[in-house]
Amino acid sequence: MSDIIAITITGILVGCLYGLIALGLVLIFKTTQVFNLAQGEMLLMGTWVTWSFIEFVHLPFWLAIILALIFSALLGIVIERFALRPMLGQSLMSMIMITIGIYSLLRGISLYFWGGPQQTFPQVFPSQGISVFGAPISAHLIIAAIIAVILVIFTYAYFQYTRGGLAMRATAENPMIAQSIGVNVTGAFSRSWALSSMVATMGGVLLGTAMGLSFGLSDIGLKSFPVVMLGGFESIPGVLIAGPIMGLCEFLGAQFLDPLVGGGIGEIIPFVVMLIVLLIKPYGLFGYKIIERV
Amino acid sequence: MRLPSGIYNVNYAKDMAIIRTGTQWMLFCAFMLFLFTLPLIPGLGSRYSLGMVNVALIYVVAVLGLNILTGLCGQISMGHAAFMAFGAYTSAILMAKLHFAFWISAPIAILFTAMIGLIFGLPALRLKGLYLIMSTLAAQFIITYTLVHIPALTGGGEGMIVPPAQLGDITIDTVNSNYYLIMISAVLATFIAFNISRSQMGRAFMAIRDNDIAAEVMGINLTKYKLMAFTIGCAFAGWAGALWANNSQAISSEQFTLMNSLWFLGMLIVGGQGSVVGAVLGVFFIRFLFELVTILAPFLSEILPGSVSIGSIGQIIFGLVIILFLIFEPRGLNHRWLILKAYYRLWPFAH
Repeated sequence: MSDIIAITITGILVGCLYGLIALGLVLIFKTTQVFNLAQGEMLLMGTWVTWSFIEFVHLPFWLAIILALIFSALLGIVIERFALRPMLGQSLMSMIMITIGIYSLLRGISLYFWGGPQQTFPQVFPSQGISVFGAPISAHLIIAAIIAVILVIFTYAYFQYTRGGLAMRATAENPMIAQSIGVNVTGAFSRSWALSSMVATMGGVLLGTAMGLSFGLSDIGLKSFPVVMLGGFESIPGVLIAGPIMGLCEFLGAQFLDPLVGGGIGEIIPFVVMLIVLLIKPYGLFGYKIIERV
Repeated sequence: MRLPSGIYNVNYAKDMAIIRTGTQWMLFCAFMLFLFTLPLIPGLGSRYSLGMVNVALIYVVAVLGLNILTGLCGQISMGHAAFMAFGAYTSAILMAKLHFAFWISAPIAILFTAMIGLIFGLPALRLKGLYLIMSTLAAQFIITYTLVHIPALTGGGEGMIVPPAQLGDITIDTVNSNYYLIMISAVLATFIAFNISRSQMGRAFMAIRDNDIAAEVMGINLTKYKLMAFTIGCAFAGWAGALWANNSQAISSEQFTLMNSLWFLGMLIVGGQGSVVGAVLGVFFIRFLFELVTILAPFLSEILPGSVSIGSIGQIIFGLVIILFLIFEPRGLNHRWLILKAYYRLWPFAH
């Protein structure tokens, strides 16, 4: 019984991290209407950069993270300025393909610089188990999940209560009208990419400290697509609901179905859930119901 | 349609012809002769380069299918490599476990893949755009996962050995014999794809791509044509898969990853969406770049400090090529080819 509780809680906690990574996708989609397939690679890059600051420059953990966040903000701005800006107003196919181009480019660069073996972060959070309802849960995971939730709430507050966030929401509503009433639309685009890239880095570091640093991390970027699908493309609170649901589905599904099919089913459960969501409720739990019926 | 000066289409047969003029016939025959004698040409006909040509030609078949689905009909598929995998595994299982001849297993593989395409195309009836992309992405993961996790049939993660095809007494297991099988398939596929694109069906696809609501108003049955696009596109993928199984003689799921699906889309973008010539040009352009990287990698790794491989440098170049093409030449290589043709036709005048 305590097994099931442990897996349930772990699933929810890991799901919170999925939610944080999915937040990056929502940030970009909400403002620029671009679905960023390269999110996983942005995550990977930010995480490797953090690791390099620690490993090669011997900076303390907190300083490395701050520098990596600055780097990833710049990365996001550069991507937006040089790849996405020229494509404004193009077809969906072009937008998707340009993010695929970025995906390949970033992945190539990461492989070039850090293509060696798996690495580990120095221990920053305590790793001993904490007993929750009699089930041992890694303290590290709990801390990481709490940080993730706090970050999502902060981002939501930024969108909801600050002037910059208001500009981004206005841009999301209608870029043309926003521009005509004096909102800096291109600035909002840059900001959303910078924010998203920073969020990805944070998510990557939180995951990386728990699981070690390898190229498998970018697969978690892929897993955030189902989360966004379930939560709704435009909904920031949606990721906090959808992330834990997806984590729960994955962990419980893996627990019960793995013996039947011979392992690894956790990898595709999110995608199966995504297919079901697509067929039943394509706009997700909290998305705008503006989907065009065919 | 603008015709070269002095050429008149005086009957319907002539109006429909793909090859119109004497010069075109000459070029066509020369090109065919070149294709059939390619293995005899020193350098190009070596084992290594012919193997490369084989892979490129198989990709041509697959990308032609993707071109019908994505380029003509506008239904973006991120799971094309998985459909190809399905074709490859179907053909391989039929040949290895049930001892079918290649000539029977390949058409069955095409049929089965078309049916799988039909099933995964069903979401397209309700979804479009981004939502459809997500469902094809799910298809990519679900199909490859399923293939790996029925080890009794597919050999699991290690993959499986495929017995070579037999044609009478000839066993098609060398690079040369595979070349002829693949080349003839690719020519046939090009011919079919070209005719689909200029038929009533192809025009219906294009209408759906440009505006599905307007297409429906004009009386195009969206359900029928969207499913048809998925079926035909995936049939080509199955065909490519069957050829792949025979060519590589050992298949595993690593040959059909998400990255391969993205490469197919990239080849389509570089070549120019919706054009058969573009699909062929795109495949050869990207394959050529990858081969170049493979050849140059040993030299580069002496100059550059990081890890140089097809995985790193190849992906960087692929990403750059796609971004640059999208920004500076979104109509792809096909557009350049058309400009070249117009230039030739009008020479010595400018226009």
